[in-house]
Amino acid sequence: MKVALFATCLVDTMVPQVARATAVLLERLGHEVVVPPGQACCGQMHVNTGYRREAAPIVANHVRAFRGAEAIVAPSGSCVASIHHQQADVLRRAGEHALADEAASLAERTYELSQFLVDVLGVTDVGAYYPHRVTYHPTCHSLRLLRVGDRPLRLLRAVRGLELAELPGADQCCGFGGTFAVKNADTSTAMLTDKMANVLSTHAEVCTAGDASCLLHIGGGLSRMRSGTRTVHLAEILASTEEAVQPDQSTRPAISAVNAEGTTS
Amino acid sequence: MSSRNEVLARIRTALGTERAPVPEIVRDYRTTDERPAEELLDVLVDRLEDYKATVLRCTPGEIPATVVAALDTGLPAGWAPADVVVAPGVPDPWRPAGTAEDDGRPAVELADFSATVVGVAVAIAETGTLVLDGSPLSGRRALSLLPDCLVCVVIADQVVGGVPEGLARLERSAPLTMISGPSATSDIELSRVEGVHGPRTLVVVLVG
Amino acid sequence: MTVVDLGMPTLPHAPRGVGHLRGNRPFPDAARDALRDGQLRANLGHATSTIRAKRAAVVAEVPDWEQLRAAGKAIKAATMARLDAHLEELERQVTARGGTVHWARDAIEANAIVTELVRATGVHEVVKVKSMATQEIGLNEALEAAGITAHETDLAELIVQLGHDQPSHILVPAIHKNRAEIREIFLRTMPEVDPGLSDDPRELAMAARAHLRERFLRAEVAISGANFAVAETGTLAVVESEGNGRMCLTLPRTLITVMGIEKLVPSWRDLEVFLQLLPRSSTGERMNPYTSLWTGVTPGDGPQDFHLVLLDNGRTATLADEVGREALHCIRCSACLNVCPVYERTGGHAYGSVYPGPIGAVLSPQLTGVEDNASLPYASSLCGACYDVCPVAIDIPSILVHLRAEHVEAQKHATPEAVAFRVLAKVMSHPRRWRMAQKAAGLGRLLARGRPTMPAALPPPASRWTQSRDLPTPPKETFTQAWAREHGS
Repeated sequence: MKVALFATCLVDTMVPQVARATAVLLERLGHEVVVPPGQACCGQMHVNTGYRREAAPIVANHVRAFRGAEAIVAPSGSCVASIHHQQADVLRRAGEHALADEAASLAERTYELSQFLVDVLGVTDVGAYYPHRVTYHPTCHSLRLLRVGDRPLRLLRAVRGLELAELPGADQCCGFGGTFAVKNADTSTAMLTDKMANVLSTHAEVCTAGDASCLLHIGGGLSRMRSGTRTVHLAEILASTEEAVQPDQSTRPAISAVNAEGTTS
Repeated sequence: MSSRNEVLARIRTALGTERAPVPEIVRDYRTTDERPAEELLDVLVDRLEDYKATVLRCTPGEIPATVVAALDTGLPAGWAPADVVVAPGVPDPWRPAGTAEDDGRPAVELADFSATVVGVAVAIAETGTLVLDGSPLSGRRALSLLPDCLVCVVIADQVVGGVPEGLARLERSAPLTMISGPSATSDIELSRVEGVHGPRTLVVVLVG
Repeated sequence: MTVVDLGMPTLPHAPRGVGHLRGNRPFPDAARDALRDGQLRANLGHATSTIRAKRAAVVAEVPDWEQLRAAGKAIKAATMARLDAHLEELERQVTARGGTVHWARDAIEANAIVTELVRATGVHEVVKVKSMATQEIGLNEALEAAGITAHETDLAELIVQLGHDQPSHILVPAIHKNRAEIREIFLRTMPEVDPGLSDDPRELAMAARAHLRERFLRAEVAISGANFAVAETGTLAVVESEGNGRMCLTLPRTLITVMGIEKLVPSWRDLEVFLQLLPRSSTGERMNPYTSLWTGVTPGDGPQDFHLVLLDNGRTATLADEVGREALHCIRCSACLNVCPVYERTGGHAYGSVYPGPIGAVLSPQLTGVEDNASLPYASSLCGACYDVCPVAIDIPSILVHLRAEHVEAQKHATPEAVAFRVLAKVMSHPRRWRMAQKAAGLGRLLARGRPTMPAALPPPASRWTQSRDLPTPPKETFTQAWAREHGS
C-alpha cells in the first residue's frame, strides 16, 4: 500500500525521529511511504484555542497537501482526531463547502498509527525488539475521540524483549491540553505531577504513548525532575529491531527496576 | 409585555422562524422484563437488602404474624400497639390489634408515632424501589415520612422488573413517593450513610 | 452583551449584580490558590475517586445504558425544539390541578416573585430543599434582605450555610470539606450539639437530623427546585436522598418551586429514562432513596398552596446558540465534575459560579454572556472524560471549543495572542513560509548551547511551560527537510 505520512507540525519540527520511525516501520512492513511536501499542520491548535476562522486556511492547506492520497497515517491520535472531528466543520463554517466535503473524505482515509497497523494492515506483531521496561499512557484523544482501545497495548505486547508495566490511573489526562498547558499552567502542572508520580511508580525506564505532544509534556516534567525515566513514542519502539536501533534513540537504561527498588546497586 | 409572553417570545426568537424538525426519540431500551416472577422477587430482595432495608418473606396467610415480626425487627427496644399508625386503607388482617389509624389529624402529629404500616402501589425489582401513591392503602405522604420505622407490605403481583414497567402502572396525578431503602446521605466525603431525616429503618414484608 | 454572528438573535443574559454565576477572578488565578491548598486537593481526590468507582459499577450493570443515554439526549433535544409549546402545556396542567404558575425573565424578577409570595403568607422563615436554580439567582440573599430567614435542609447545603461558605459541587456542595472539618463546623454553630460529637459520618448526619427536626415540623413555607417537570401531566419531580426534600414538599402549607425553563420533559414516559439515568450518574446508586412526584395540589395530602416559578435568566440566550444549546440538556447529575481532572484539582470555587466543572464551564458563560466568564471555556484540557460519562451525552468538549471561538471573535481589538495566532495561521497555510518558520524555530537550539533541553528561563508565554517542564532543543533538521534531501523533493 502507498501510505502518505503526515508528520504533524510538532513532530516534524521538534521530534523528527518519531516521523522517521513511523516511515521506517511502514517500509519494513512492505509499504511505500510518501511524505507530501506541502504538509504543515492540521489546524487543531488554532481551533482548540478559539481561532477557528484562522484555522480554515491551515485546514485547506492540509486538504490540498494530501489530496488524492490512498491512506494517510500520522503518529498522533490528537491530530487524527482533529482531522476526523473538526476539519470539515471548520471549512464549512468558512463557507468552503467543496473543500469541507473533501476534508471529510480524507478523514475517512486518515489513521492514527496503531489503528492503521491493527485495523488496516491487520498486524499486531511488527517484528520489533525493544529490551526495556515500558509503561503506556493512553492519551485522551486516542482513548476517547478515536477509541483506539487496546490496540497500542496489543502492539507493545508483541514486541520482543519489552516488559510492559501497567500504568496506574492510566486514563487520567496528563494535563497537556495544547494551549491549556500555558493558559492554565498551574492546573496543568498539578495534573502532570500526578501523572509523573504514576509513571515513576511503575519503575519503567520508558513511558510511551501515541501522541508526541503529551509525551513532550510528560517528558518535559520527567526531565526537569531528573528522574531518568524517558518518554519514547510508540512508533520509535515499534521501529526498533535487533539489527537496527533507531539512530536518535537512547538505549541506555535509565533507572532499572531493580535499582529503583533499592535492592541492589 | 408580561413576563410570560416575553419569555415565550424569547424562546420563539431563539428557535428561529424556520424550526428544525423535532428529533425522533428511539426507545430501544428495555421496557419489559421477561424473567420469571420468582426471580424478580429475589432481585427485589437483593436490592432492598443492599440498601440496608430488612426483608421478611411470607405467604398471604402469614401476613399478620409477619407484620408483627417486622415491627419487632424495626423497633428492637419493644413497642406498644399505640406507637404504631397504619394507613386507612390497610386491610384489617395486616393491622396488629390496637394500632392507630391515620385519621387525617395535623400531619406533624404523626411524628409522635414510632412506626407506620402501609401497602405499596408497585415495587420495582431492579432498583429495589417501593412506590407509594397516596391511596388509602399507601396513606398520605407524611405518614410514611415522620415515624422513624416504616413497614411496607408488598404483594408479589405488585413487583415489576424495571423502572419503565413500574411507572406505567402508576396513577400519574397522584402524589407519588418512590422509596429505595431507608433515608441516606452521601454528603460527607461521598460515602453513603443510612438514616437522616426520613425513616431510619425500612422493613419490607414481601408476600408470595 | 457579546457580539454575535449575523442571523443569531441576541437575547438578554443573566443580569449582573445578582446571583452566583460570575466569579470575581479569572479561573487561572482562582485555581492557583486552590491548588496550593493540600487539604482541599486531598478531600477532592478522595471524594471524586470514591464516587467515580461507584458510578462505574452501577452503570456497568445496566445492559441498555447506551440506549437510555441516546433516548435521554433525544428527549432533551425534542423538548428544546418545541420548548414554548411544552411550557404552555405545563402551565395549563399545573393550573388545572390547583397550582399557580409564575414566569420570571431573570434572577431579579424570580427573587421578587418568591419574596412577595413568602411575605403574603406572613411568615419570616422558610425551609429549603437544595436547588441549583435558587443558588443561581441568589434567592437566600434576596430573602434575607426582606427579613426572611431561609434554612437550608440538605446536609451539604447546611454545612455550607453554617460555615458561611460557598457551594463547590452541584450534588455535594460541601465536597471540599472532610469529616473533621464538618465536625468542627457543627460544634461551632449548633448550640444543642453534644460536645463529644465524633467525626463519624453517621454521627454527623444524626446531628443534622436533630438540628433540623423541629424546623421541619414548624415550617409553614418551603422552597424547592425541581429535577423534572412533565408537561403533559403537570407533574413535578424532586430526586433526593435524605428525606429533607420530602419534609419540605409535604409538611408546609405553602410550597414554592423555582425551576429553570429547560427542566421539563414532554411526556410522563420520559421519566422512565431519566429516573434510570440520573441516580446512577449522580450518587452512583441504582435509585436514590426518595423521589417525590406531585401534580398541583392534592386535598388532604401536602401543601395546599403551590406556586411554580419558571425561570429564564439567560436560558433563552443559550437556546439561541445552535451549538451551545445542548448545555441546556443537563440534568445536574454532576458526573462530569467527578471525572474532570481539572475540577478534581481545583475544586468548584475556582469556577466562580454555582455551576462548576465541565458543565459549568459551558453553562455559566452562556447564561451570563461569554465575556463575563471568558476564562471558563479555557478551564479544560479537552480530555473528553466529561462527554463519556454524561448521561445525556452532552458533547462538552465541542461546546468548550465553540465558546472559545465565540470569545475570540467577540474581541473588538486584536490581543497579542490573536496577532500571534493570525501570523502563525498565515505561515501554516503556505508550505514555503512554514518551512522557513521551521528553520527559524530550529535556530532556537542556539539558546540551548548544545544542551539537550532549552534553558528554563525563557520569556513569556514560553516561561509558563518551562517553569515546570523542560523543552527539548529543536533539531538541526526537520523530518520533512531530511526526507526531501534524501528522496528529492
